[in-house]
This record gives sequence, C-alpha cells and structure tokens, in this order.
Amino acid sequence: MRGLVVLGALASHWRRHPVQLAMLLLGLSLATGLWTGVQAINAEARASYSRAAQTLAGDRLNRIVPQDGGWIAQADYIALRRAGWQVSPILEGEYRIGPVRVRLLGIDPVTLPRQAQMVPEMASDLSALAGARKTLYAAPETAERLGQGLVAAPGLPVGVVVTDIGEAQRRLGLEGRISRLILAAEQPLGIPDLATLVRGVAVRAPDASGDMARLTDSFHLNLTAFGMLAFLVGLFIVQSAIGLAFEQRRAMVRTLRAMGMPLLGLMVVMISELVGLALVAGLIGVAMGYGVARELLPGVSATLRGLYGAEVAGGLDLPAVWWLWGLLIAVAGTLAAAALHLVQVWRLPLLNTAKVGGRVAGMARLLWLQGAASLVCAALALGLLLFGQGLLSGFGVLAGLILSAAAGLPVVLAGLLALARRMARGALAEWFWADTQAQLPGLSLALVALMLALATNLGVGTMVSSFRQTFVGWLDQRMAAELYVTTRTEAEAASVADWLKTRADAVLPILTVETQLYGAPGEVFGVIDHSTYHDNWPLLQQSAGVWQAVAAGEGALINEQLHYRQHLALGDLVVLPAGWSVPVVGIYSDYGNPMAQVIVGSAVLAAHFPDVSGLRMGVRVAPARAQALAEDLRETFGLPVRNVVDQSSIKAVSLQVFERTFGVTAALNGLTLGVAGVAMFASLLTLAAGRLAQLAPVWAMGMTRGALARAEFARSLLLAGLAMLMALPVGLGLAWVLLNVVNVEAFGWRLPMYLFPLDWLRLAAFGLIAAAIAAAIPVRRLARIAPSTLLKVFANAS
Amino acid sequence: MLLEVSALHKTFDSGDGPLAVLRGVSLGLGSGQSLALTGESGSGKSTLLHLIGGLDRPDSGSIRVDGVEIASLGDQALAALRRGTLGLVFQQFNLIPSLDVAANLAFQARLASRHDPGFVAYLAERLGLSALMKRYPENLSGGQQQRVAIGRTLAARPKLVLADEPTGNLDEATGDGVLALMLELVAETGAGLLLVTHSPRLAARCNGQLNLAHGVVT
Repeated sequence: MRGLVVLGALASHWRRHPVQLAMLLLGLSLATGLWTGVQAINAEARASYSRAAQTLAGDRLNRIVPQDGGWIAQADYIALRRAGWQVSPILEGEYRIGPVRVRLLGIDPVTLPRQAQMVPEMASDLSALAGARKTLYAAPETAERLGQGLVAAPGLPVGVVVTDIGEAQRRLGLEGRISRLILAAEQPLGIPDLATLVRGVAVRAPDASGDMARLTDSFHLNLTAFGMLAFLVGLFIVQSAIGLAFEQRRAMVRTLRAMGMPLLGLMVVMISELVGLALVAGLIGVAMGYGVARELLPGVSATLRGLYGAEVAGGLDLPAVWWLWGLLIAVAGTLAAAALHLVQVWRLPLLNTAKVGGRVAGMARLLWLQGAASLVCAALALGLLLFGQGLLSGFGVLAGLILSAAAGLPVVLAGLLALARRMARGALAEWFWADTQAQLPGLSLALVALMLALATNLGVGTMVSSFRQTFVGWLDQRMAAELYVTTRTEAEAASVADWLKTRADAVLPILTVETQLYGAPGEVFGVIDHSTYHDNWPLLQQSAGVWQAVAAGEGALINEQLHYRQHLALGDLVVLPAGWSVPVVGIYSDYGNPMAQVIVGSAVLAAHFPDVSGLRMGVRVAPARAQALAEDLRETFGLPVRNVVDQSSIKAVSLQVFERTFGVTAALNGLTLGVAGVAMFASLLTLAAGRLAQLAPVWAMGMTRGALARAEFARSLLLAGLAMLMALPVGLGLAWVLLNVVNVEAFGWRLPMYLFPLDWLRLAAFGLIAAAIAAAIPVRRLARIAPSTLLKVFANAS
Repeated sequence: MLLEVSALHKTFDSGDGPLAVLRGVSLGLGSGQSLALTGESGSGKSTLLHLIGGLDRPDSGSIRVDGVEIASLGDQALAALRRGTLGLVFQQFNLIPSLDVAANLAFQARLASRHDPGFVAYLAERLGLSALMKRYPENLSGGQQQRVAIGRTLAARPKLVLADEPTGNLDEATGDGVLALMLELVAETGAGLLLVTHSPRLAARCNGQLNLAHGVVT
C-alpha cells in the first residue's frame, strides 16, 4: 500500500513532464526495435541455413565424397551397391532456370535412405510414371517464383530444386557423374572395406550447422554489431531522460525519506517504476523491430544471395520467445541506463550537506577517469591491431577505437572549453565559456552518441564509397569486351564465331566449368591468349610472363577469395578436379562473387574437360558499332535479346546488385544517425528545464531573453561542431580498420581506401542541422519565456 | 515526557578541522506544549532539529521520543518513527511539485496509513486552501505553499511537530499569520511543537523558549 502511494507520487512526475516520458519511451523503443529487428533477421537467416543443412539429412547421415573435390564416377557407385554398401547417389550443381540461378539436386528416390526423404510424393510419382522422372520439385516460394511447371514440395529449402538424378545429369551436362553418396545409417555386416572398392574418396561426418552458417557468420556479426551500436545510442537517450527525471526528483526523494519512506522500499519502488516503463517501451520496441526486420529482410536476402549464394526465406516468424527476449533486453537496457542514477539515490544523504566544491571535484575526477579509460581502450585497440588475428580481433580493434573515442570526447571538449575560457575577453564571453563548461556534463552523453553515430556513418560510408569506386574501376577493366554472346548449342557457337570473324575485331571464347574446388562449389574458366586480357584484367599479384604461362597451360590465375581462404600464394599449386594441379601465377580481385574461381588456358581446360561448355564468348568491336552488331547478331541467328548483352547493361546490373548489397548497411546507418539526433534533442530539451535558475540572474543583470536564446543556440551548434570534428578522425580510423582488417577476414577482399571530403561536408551539415533542430524548441521557448517565469527563480530562491 | 534530549554532542568536519556544533545540549518537551529554539546562524539549531528528527545521528548523548531512544535505532526504525510519530515542516516547504495541493495535503497521512479525508478537508478549510486544491505548488505563493506543508504534516496526526524556521521564506505579516495558525492547529491536535526560529517575536508566542549559542544552551 505504502509502495503504491510512493509509486503514485513518483509517477506523477511523468504526468507533469510528458515530453520527458515520451523521450524515455521513444529512446527505449528505438533501441529495442533496432536490436530486436536485427536479431529477427539473423534468426530467420540461421533458420534458413539450418533448413538447408538438413537437406537430404546432411545434418544426420555420413557421406562419401571425392577427396579431390571433383566427381565420383557412376561406375564406382554401382560397384559399391553390388558389394552391399547401402549408398544413394546425389548430384548437385548450379543451374539456371530462366533468369534465376538455383541449386539443382539430383537424387535417386529408390535408394535414398528414409531419413533423407524430403519429397515423399516423388517416390510414388516415380514408381507410377516414367515421365515423372523429369519432374522438378521446389519449395512453394521457389516454385512460385520460377514458374516453368515446377511442382511445389513444402519440405524443401528455398532456392533448391530437386529432381531425379538422371534428369539432373542431363540438365547439368554431367552424365555419369555423382557429387557424393549418402550412407544409410545401418550398413550390412561383413561388407568389403571402402578403400578396396573405390579410390580417392573419403567418408565425411554429418554437419549440423552447414557450411553456409559458417560462411555467413561474419556478415551476421556485422549486422549484430550495428544492432548493438544502435541499441547503445538509443540507451543514451534513455540515460539522458532518466537522468533528468532523477535530478528533478532529488528533492522529492529527500522529502519522501524525511516523511518516513525507508530507503530500500524507495529503491524497490523506483526500480518497479523503471521496469514498468521498460515493459511498455519494450512492447512498442518489439513491434517496431518486427517492422524494421520486415523492411530490411528482402535487402538482407539479396545481400546474402549476392555475397555468399545463400538463400534466406522472405517470411518472418514472431515466436513468443522473441517477444520475451525483446522485453528482457528493454528491461536490462533501462536498468543499465539507470544504474548510475539508482546508485546516486542509494547514496543520497538525507540532508543536503555536501561540501562546497564537492561537485566540481567530482567532475574533475570523472574527467581523469574518462581520460584514463580512453587511453587504455586505445592501447588495447593498438595491441590487437599489431598482434591480433582473425575477425574477432578485427572487431576488437573497432570496439577499442569506438570506446576510446567515446570516453575521450568529454575530456577533449573540457580541455578545449577551458582553453577558450582562459582566452575569453569580456564578462559576457567569460560567462558564455564558463556556462558551456558547466553544461558539458549534462550534454556529454548526447554528444558522445552524436559523435559515435557520425563516426560510424563516416567510417562505413568511406568503406562503401571506397568499395564502390574500386568496384566501378574493376568492372571497367574486367568487362573489357563490348558484347557478350551466349549461344544455345555448340554448333551455333561455332557458326557465330565464324560469322563474327569478319565483322568484329576479336572473338574471345569463354569456357566455363562449374565444379568443386577445395570441397566447395567453384568455377574454372578457360581463356585464350589475347591482348584484351593482358591490357585489362586486374591482377593484384603476378609472376613474370603470367599470360604466356596461362595460355601455355603452365600456370593458373586464382581469385582473391581462393587466395585468402586456402592461403594460396604465387608459386603454390592450385588443386583442380581429377587430380590436376597447376602453379599459381597470378591473383585477381573478383568482387561480389561468393565462389572460388580459377582461370587457365582454354586449350588445357578443354583437354581436361572434353565436355566443357563453350557457349559463351566476348566480342571486341569499336564501341560505336557495338549496338548495330548486336542487332545484326540477334537477327541473323534468331538469338533472344538477353543472349546478346552489351557491356553497359552488364555493368548496370552489377552496380544494381552492389547498391542492393549495401542497402541494408545504409538503412541501419541512417537509423542510427536518426536515433542520435533524437538523443541530442532529448538532452537539450531536458537540460533546458533546469536552465532557468542559471539564466535568470544573467537576464536580471541586463541580458535580453533573445540574446540568451541566441547564446544557447550557438552553444548547441558549437558543441555539435566539435563532436563532428572529433568524429572525422574516428570515422576514418573505423574505415581503415573495416577495409584492411574486417573486410579481408569477412569477405576475402582487400580494398584501397579513398577519401571523400564532400561526403564529410554533407555529414557535417547533417550533424549541425540535427543539432539546430534539436536546439530549436528549447531555445524558442527561452526566447519567448514570460518575465514572470524568470522572476519565480528569485521568488522561490532558497 | 514526549521529548527528552540530554548531553547531546555533534561535530562536523569543516575542512579546517573538526567543528563542534552541539556541545552537551539537553532539553525536554511535553505533549501539547510548544518550545521555541532561538539563536544566531550557526548556533546549532537546525542540527539539533535534524538529530531529533532522525535525519542525522549524534556523536553522543540521548534523544528519547515518546519513550523511545532513537540514537540506537536503525534506518528502518528511524523511517518508521518519522512516518508514525514525527511531523517535519521545512523552511523550503519541500512539497512534491508534481502533485496538486489536495494530493500533497493527503500524502503523508496516506504514507502513515492514517488518511482521514474529513480531517484533510477540515485542515484545508482552516488553512484557507479549499479553493486551491487543484493547483500545483509552482502556482502557489510562498505563504500558500507553507500552509500546504503545515497541513500535510498535521494531516498525519503526528505526536511531535518539528518546524525548522517555517516562516523564514515569508514576509512578516504572512509569517505571523501562518505561525499563528500552526500553533492553533498543533494545540488542537494535542501534539508537541519544537520550533526553530531567529525571531524573538515569534518565539515569544510559544509556551517556552531555549536559546542556543555556539552549541550550548544559554
């Protein structure tokens, strides 16, 4: 009962200060919303990977795989079956249906173990009709997207198409080849040893998480880091709103205790009040998080497909545990933001007997502590940069840099203001700087939030823009041929090449083999010796006479992904399917491609893969003639429009994929910046409430309300400007770490860093506009305040 | 005896060394009596009141309120004493700014589980607050705020009222009026009153007077 009475008194504060309450709820909702939104996206992606790993019971049954990453011959499979081995063949490959690439799985429903059955209707269809062997099955979502007569099978993961193995071999052009054999859980006793029957194969254990989960870990870690940053920035708002409420209720707390409310009981009531508010904001936040996830998921799916070839379902579930987790995060965040204030209440003396100068001494001590913490974090970041390894170490460097900047900002600002105060001439200037110094502790958190948001924006922006600039330059080099032609048959390819001999400057056949490289899907390209490659192909590292070696079949080029993943350097042997090894003579950048890639001479590729597809070719022609030649080609051979593509169209599509890839990053970046703007607004608004007592004496001494308001406005812009200045080196540091440490570990690409001063100016303008908007309402209120309100300060002075 | 104080000592650390604020103070007060505590600034009046109110602890000596020795009580018991037995009126009023006059008046009585709406209405009437019940403290004059503070204290029917310069922030005429009303109401409820004041004129209106100088009763 007593607790309720006190709770009512405490809660009455919010009724009288609805803006404060709104800021608290808004900050907490935004923080919870962004965090839970990112978590929902991650959870959905992980569920998709898990479903993919369960495909054909890959998470439960052993497999027999070729040790060289190539193929198992059909004859070997038959030998194993005849010897009594309970195995079932699987063929897997990338396959294009219309404009969409899918993972085509060929299975044998008759021998497939019961645990691996994903399409129950397939077995019965196959036994009934021979024609059913040509049926393609896919998840309903995929079937609907692809059309083309696919049959929906709800048990399949998104992006996977299943058919009979014979049909798959035919469609993939891999007759007589098998990717792996699934081992039934129970094998007959006394069967011959595997090694005596088939050479070059090994038994591989089930994989519960799936390669995709491991491959995409870094991407999800990136998202989580962003979610966490947004959550922290949101908590700055909460901290600011709670801080002011506690400050304004300090006298109330003393009165309540003087009236006989025990301290412990008071703490319980205050914590209950905070938990209640956190639950309300948490519910709003989780709903917002759902909205954020729903909006961002398509972009994330596109990114994952573009970067890793991973398929993520577009639907979003809202399990009860997710709601509970969101509420828990909201409560934990609120209590963390309020912890310092609760400790202050706990230690608040009943009588206001603090020594004069105690507050000033406390502020100085805090600045020393912050300075020391900043140096320690910077030292840790430097240590990790010099001696750390791996992605986690990279994130450690980022965290150290961010924390060091956050702790250091108030110290730097205090130093600058003290200097300005010493240099000030005239009473008003001295008052202005002294007053700004006095405001700093109250504004520090919001300024740190603004600085972090600006620095992150600048850092990530620099990374993306550097990436974009590199990518565009790389595309210009890589897409050197003016036209790219895809024919429908080998005979047509020969006719087209012959027809082009007199009409084009050069025809560059593009031979492609989709295969397994080091146990993962990969591509091997065959190229001829032509100046187009010598002059344009972007090589990061190369041996002398690289192109001659490639053309002669004595060397191979590998992409940067393969270089980093398999630690292959120049001179090392790259292992290709069927026991073929070639020395690495060059390493090239290959942005946006999830797969390992090798380039060899076309002749040597054709020798190792007689069935290699030679349907594609690049055509060199004067750019002015490209369009006319494309039309001639289509007309002469009846080629569909999409089979003759000019260079600019491919570049446009590639750039479109790129922009979509970083759309999620941009969205989260913008949201974080928005939250920081709200934090600034919340701090200024809440501080304004306590400013009257400090401003009224200056007003009484002859300064107009308008002049006071202008000084307040200038102060806000000045502090935001200083935060922006500090954000510049921090942001560039973040960009450097992202490009040189995190990106290499996460994606396998190292990128040059470019500087974009115009973007800095745009961001600075945004920061100042945000600060101006945030300051506008309290300043306007001050400019229009009634003199009687200012007089109250003196009337009630105690 | 409602209040018995004997040989009370209290020293603060002033920064220039220890400062003895109270040096062996003793006094007594019966129910229904009023005692004025006078003395110059820094004489130890407010410190003595804070010690009796359980807001601070003495270095040595004894304070018995309604037969209970409070110097040895823990925080919980002291809080219960302030809630159930004592009533404090401060110079700065200390109203709860977010509650209106009606809620402020009833607040301490509700905290002590002794809320009597009829008595609150009577006090409001006597204190001239009936027309101001929906107002918030920020919209009241100093005199009105102090009347609310007095009403809030008396509504809980304390046995002993401790008032620390309750008219210190009011002009002479308003202060006189407020004090007269407080003395009258305290007498009506049968509570004891210990009043700290600078003013000999106001002190003369109490049943007894005690002067403090440099921490000792003179």
